[in-house]
Amino acid sequence: MAEPDAVVPPTEPAATTSVSAEPTVIVDDVHITYRVHGSGGASSIPGTNAVAALRRIATRRKGPGPGVQYIKAVRGMSFVAHKGEAVALIGRNGCGKSTILKGIAGLLPPTKGRVYTSAQPSLLGVGAALVPSLTGERNVILGSLALGLTPEEAKERMDDVVEFAGIGDFISLPMSTYSSGMGARLRFAIAASVSHEILLIDEALATGDADFYRRSSERIRELRDQAGTVFLVSHSTKVVRDTCTRAIWIEQGKIVMDGEVNEVIKAYEKDVETNTGRQAGAAR
Amino acid sequence: MTTTDATPPMSDLATLAQQYGLEPIGLRPPLHLYIRQVWERRHFITEYAKARAQALNAESRFGQFWEVLNPLLSIAVYYLVFGIILNTRGSVPNYLAFLVIGVFVNSFTQTSVLTGAKSISGHLGLIRAFHFPRAVMPLADVFERFRALRTSLIVCMVIVLLTGEPLTWMWLLVVPAVLLQSMFNFGLTMVFARLTARVRDVAQLLPFMMRTWMYLSGVMYPLGTFIDRLHGPQWVHTLLLINPLAVYIEIVRDALLESYSVPVWNWYLAVFWAIVVLIFGFVYFWKAEERYGRG
Repeated sequence: MAEPDAVVPPTEPAATTSVSAEPTVIVDDVHITYRVHGSGGASSIPGTNAVAALRRIATRRKGPGPGVQYIKAVRGMSFVAHKGEAVALIGRNGCGKSTILKGIAGLLPPTKGRVYTSAQPSLLGVGAALVPSLTGERNVILGSLALGLTPEEAKERMDDVVEFAGIGDFISLPMSTYSSGMGARLRFAIAASVSHEILLIDEALATGDADFYRRSSERIRELRDQAGTVFLVSHSTKVVRDTCTRAIWIEQGKIVMDGEVNEVIKAYEKDVETNTGRQAGAAR
Repeated sequence: MTTTDATPPMSDLATLAQQYGLEPIGLRPPLHLYIRQVWERRHFITEYAKARAQALNAESRFGQFWEVLNPLLSIAVYYLVFGIILNTRGSVPNYLAFLVIGVFVNSFTQTSVLTGAKSISGHLGLIRAFHFPRAVMPLADVFERFRALRTSLIVCMVIVLLTGEPLTWMWLLVVPAVLLQSMFNFGLTMVFARLTARVRDVAQLLPFMMRTWMYLSGVMYPLGTFIDRLHGPQWVHTLLLINPLAVYIEIVRDALLESYSVPVWNWYLAVFWAIVVLIFGFVYFWKAEERYGRG
């Protein structure tokens, strides 16, 4: 399984809380490539009719084909996280930190490399609506059942979840009518209702109002105490400093620095200050 | 390799994982475990089917009426074109009942496959949010169709009775016939769910494939006369006769129509297709488990 000429670790070993701790998450040279469907650009065969579809299938073997684009979001990351660690993933928008989080959760399979975990990680974060045409209530039940709860358990937790999400009467409306914030709250509330050994938090959910933010960060702290390992994606360096022991700085799908949280943040902030203009240019 | 000291060289990460008994994530579980996981999510399947039906009901003014109205309108068109204009009426004793059964049985498979094919590509939100065996999505979609079938089946039977067919003990055979067809639908849908998850365009082609299949399966004219007129090698004739859709239509006609009887091998074939396609479809779907949800 081991790659003979694998990538060398980007920095010296991370200064973690306890070196003898058991590993809970091992990310081994992971690459994640998105396949994006839809408007490819001028080269794509126009039309959504059957003839065009047939033509697309027929020409598919010769390459990615028109209308399909590949985005290399994660390009060779490796790290080990241990029990009792809280690891922050930091970096600019689109650097791949949310993608690697989904990769660890097993929701986005790596194109290359592998993620090993001691238990099924749970990802709390944002995303599309669950089943947009169904009401919030239905989605709570379905989400709970998908997570493996029994119908009785799902019904029992229903009230707690609804109260936690705090979206009021919207709970009886189809999820397609929700704002992105409300959708995120509901999803978070569903996922947070079960306990987790490995917890992955995409902090974009903290875009909710102050009241929900307080409730959710409280819940996160609770869950973190129960959880062996926590991963947190955040843009707020304050939140990261307060909650994490270790930070991994990611840039264009690769790890730039991995180490003690304050050191990494200091380096990252310095980089942001000096390179803002250049990065914006390089992104083109 | 006994170093537990922070991050070891990359090539040793797999060894480290093994040493501490960490499991690769996103890897498909062995088949027996997978089946158990799906079974544990059975409540999701039933709940989803129920919720979908209700949502469908709320979406349009006539809601689930369309479930029945749709095939009825098709029947009217086919009756006009095939029954009256092409005068297929003459060659079949109770043509209306013959046609009604053909259309309803066909639409059960057709709508199952068409809905279920998009069960992965159309539910990426759910799939990326929670971790669960993906097979429950196509299963839930087909189960929703199965629930909807109850109404259509009753309407179908009422029409058949109105055309003057007697109610006999043979009618009970509809139950095993429909169950076998459901098994077949489950299997077939899972095949197309996987194909569509990988290549979206399959969903565009599928309606045409299903329609062609319908014309080849003796829905609006007897398969026998159709084959007689066909000039082609013998194996084509055989293929048309043993094709599962034709088999499921024929056995329901066998059960409901007094004047219509089919050779008993049709029933054996119905069992054969149900088992083979269900197993094949499930395994075929499971083989790509770790890839659903990407892209």
